[in-house]
Amino acid sequence: MSKLIFEQSRQGRSAAAQCPHTASYSPSIPSHLLRQDTPLLPEVSELQVVRHYTHLSQQNFSIDTHFYPLGSCTMKYNPRGVHRLAALEGFLKRHPLSLDEASQGFMACAYELQELLKEVTGMKAVSLTPMAGAQGEFAGVAMIRAYHASRQDMLRDEMLVPDAAHGTNPATAAQCGYRVREVSTDSNGNVAIEALRAAVGPHTAGIMLTNPSTLGVFEQHIQEIADIVHEAGGLLYYDGANLNAILGKVLPSQMGFDVMHMNLHKTFATPHGGGGPGGGPVAVNDRLIPFLPIPRVTKRGDTYHWLTAEDCPHSIGRLSAFMGNAGILLRAYMYARLLGKEGMQRVAEFATLNANYLLARLKQAGFTLAYPNRRATHEFIVTLKNEAKTLTIHALDVAKRLLDYHMHAPTMYFPLLVPECLLIEPTETECKETLDAFVDAMVQIIEEARHHPTLLKDAPHHLPVRRLDEVKAARELNLVYRAKFNDDVS
Amino acid sequence: MPFIPHTEQDIKEMLAVIGETSIEALFDEIDDHLKIKKPLSLPPQLTEMELSRFMQERAQKDLAGLCYIGAGAYEHHIPAAVFDIASRGEWMTAYTPYQAEASQGTLQLLFEYQTMMSSLMSLDSSNASLYDGASALAEAILMAVRLSKQNQLSRIFIPRTVHPHYRDVVRAITQQQGIELVEVPYDVKTGQISVTELKTLAKEGMTALVIPQPNFFGILEEVDLLTDWAHAAKAKVIAVVNPMAMALLKPPGQWGTMGADIACGEGQPLGVPLASGGPYYGFLCCKQEWIRQLPGRVVGRTIDLSGKPGFVLTLQAREQHIRRAKATSNICTNQGWLVTASVIYMSLLGPNGLRQAALTSHHHTSLLRESLATIKGVRIPFQAPFFHELVVQFDLPVDVVLTELMRYHIQAGFNLRKTYPELGEALLICVTETKSPDDLQVLAKSLCDVLKKCVAVVSAADHSGSQ
Repeated sequence: MSKLIFEQSRQGRSAAAQCPHTASYSPSIPSHLLRQDTPLLPEVSELQVVRHYTHLSQQNFSIDTHFYPLGSCTMKYNPRGVHRLAALEGFLKRHPLSLDEASQGFMACAYELQELLKEVTGMKAVSLTPMAGAQGEFAGVAMIRAYHASRQDMLRDEMLVPDAAHGTNPATAAQCGYRVREVSTDSNGNVAIEALRAAVGPHTAGIMLTNPSTLGVFEQHIQEIADIVHEAGGLLYYDGANLNAILGKVLPSQMGFDVMHMNLHKTFATPHGGGGPGGGPVAVNDRLIPFLPIPRVTKRGDTYHWLTAEDCPHSIGRLSAFMGNAGILLRAYMYARLLGKEGMQRVAEFATLNANYLLARLKQAGFTLAYPNRRATHEFIVTLKNEAKTLTIHALDVAKRLLDYHMHAPTMYFPLLVPECLLIEPTETECKETLDAFVDAMVQIIEEARHHPTLLKDAPHHLPVRRLDEVKAARELNLVYRAKFNDDVS
Repeated sequence: MPFIPHTEQDIKEMLAVIGETSIEALFDEIDDHLKIKKPLSLPPQLTEMELSRFMQERAQKDLAGLCYIGAGAYEHHIPAAVFDIASRGEWMTAYTPYQAEASQGTLQLLFEYQTMMSSLMSLDSSNASLYDGASALAEAILMAVRLSKQNQLSRIFIPRTVHPHYRDVVRAITQQQGIELVEVPYDVKTGQISVTELKTLAKEGMTALVIPQPNFFGILEEVDLLTDWAHAAKAKVIAVVNPMAMALLKPPGQWGTMGADIACGEGQPLGVPLASGGPYYGFLCCKQEWIRQLPGRVVGRTIDLSGKPGFVLTLQAREQHIRRAKATSNICTNQGWLVTASVIYMSLLGPNGLRQAALTSHHHTSLLRESLATIKGVRIPFQAPFFHELVVQFDLPVDVVLTELMRYHIQAGFNLRKTYPELGEALLICVTETKSPDDLQVLAKSLCDVLKKCVAVVSAADHSGSQ
């Protein structure tokens, strides 16, 4: 690791150009409300700061520097032009509570993004405010709850979730006060229809589904599922995490979904920033419109207005202090404008082409597919269960060794249903040469496993750190720097 | 095809490997009638040049002069280095650091962040961020409910001096879980939490008390007294604070005898632009003993195979991808990129710079308060210590005053008419270090002009009306 910024600190040093004038005012605040000690912030020069954080950045893998086939995360290119334009002064300086007459530029973009998202999902209305996929899920499930409550249908206390679902699905259902009931998956990766039939009933509030599922296959019984759940009086929630696979190809509304969220940081190429921000707009069909979270933007004549609690008395309410991750919304809007009608239709096609090409090449190279009889969607699963037996190496070892080949690892050990799995999603923005290089690396790694297994077991070898001890991290919690800690180890 | 690198030759070769003749064939597992038949109704694609021109025109519309609106989002100077560095692709285009060895940059930065934020709050631990201040307060409340381990109904006391939008968000998020939210009125003379009313309301039990510092009116609450009283009543104390103010004001961990249990709030003042309200980031800190109920990502220091120190995501057993329906929260994404900006900002300002930015904001607010107090038709309702915001009242409709001031290229503040109708025609004004004493004189003078003009118009209207 690099020296911490605190370890570079010298008392009395500062980045003086960043300090407001130092006339010492005495605050008109009683002393018992004032701070007496000094917080632990570094005292360093501007150059030290710039060098430290530039140096740290170089210890990261990122889309801009590496192939990043992290399944279910859609790590596609984040256009630079979009980033620069989101930083135009008029956008950066606009206060979220500015009057409408000083906000028409931003509001026009937000309104048009709502319209664009309606068009690509086939839904009837959109709210942009959820700040990430999980908050979009929360909004969606809260709307399902509000819908049943509005009909005095109070017995529905159970949310169905396939066992392959993202962890956020059951966590969200629980946060919305539902009991979670898992539905099993059949051998082809589809929801087991008989299990679903057995699970639905008057207690069913709805089902949360990702399609294509996290298994990288398209749910072939989607219409039957929709009919079964609707007949039981439940609603269908679409987890849009994998929307990239069908963007411009299939409308979630057409599959029978009533409500959904999108992950703008996946499908609409907004930067993921080492863990966020995301963007999780929700879209609904007619019957859920009254419950959409506020604020939304509407257009009357040529001007844009906010829809707030007064206009939407049945709304599930407000999920962020202002307007969600507004800058992410702007970026998604601009990305959609760069793609346009022509580009939007090609996203799913080329994401799917890349995934199926990679699948075919890995299969030819001898890797085992989790669902060999199925097409890949935008992603697919390789299982290393055979290699685990014959070569005693694990998915983790292969993943860590890939890092040495300057490629980010695929998602590993998810979904939980498939043993020793790697979930691989190349995205549409990668070229054939990169995919070929990935196959070469995978083949080479298996070769190494045969002859030099320690190369895998001890990987990575060429990164700033070797394999890290997660167990120690959890047992001996060390979550903040203390000057004393440093003394102890030296 | 924007951002799609495939040549015709590539497509041919790739399809040959797959054993198909068209891309369409790859979608043959999807029923035909599910597929989009008619072209989507979307605008045609733009080049970057066309988009630039179009967006510049849009951005231009939102440039509206000096902004004195605060109310939860604050304009501070952001050093050029902050976004120059934070916009490096290695920060901006990385995912959540699941592969720790390939993410030491992000992980070390988050560890430094946890250190800075917990020290600012004077508490033991911090998570790696949440979505925004309002949702962080909701998560803090859910955390306090889990900590209380009571079987009876949870009653959370949330004063009306907390940001009205935060209260809305808390309601939206916690109402799904049967938590009772008790609103505590404020004292009309001071703008502080009414301790008398609080004591009466608490007779039926209290799980946690939320204490804002400064409060929504910019007023400072009596944090020591409130914290000790709440702890004596066996309730948890949740601080919701402006983190920049904590360089100047007593931080939550030092409130009263025991300190607040949880501190949360909006990280935006620390290096994040106003930008229409986001992306910002929420922070959440707590005492060490509550760490296992903390939601969100947490980074810990450990060692690698060769004994060298490094960082990983830790305490993952609390999280949704492991615990699923039993997780502490459904949160997955945090706001890593904004935390990156914030850590660079805090490092550049250092302890003195941050205190100076807070102090200058406070001082300039004092200057404005003094000059506004001399203007006829302006009243300052609350007499109590304040940070960098103040409430003023007019005899005239606030919306008229605001619209008139727009002609002077001034956005004068946040209209309290809707959220606090009992205050009448009231405005919340914020002053930070970005406004010079000269700017403040211009504001006072413009306001003076506008009030005179409006009084003349109103009295003329009254006069003609009475004839």
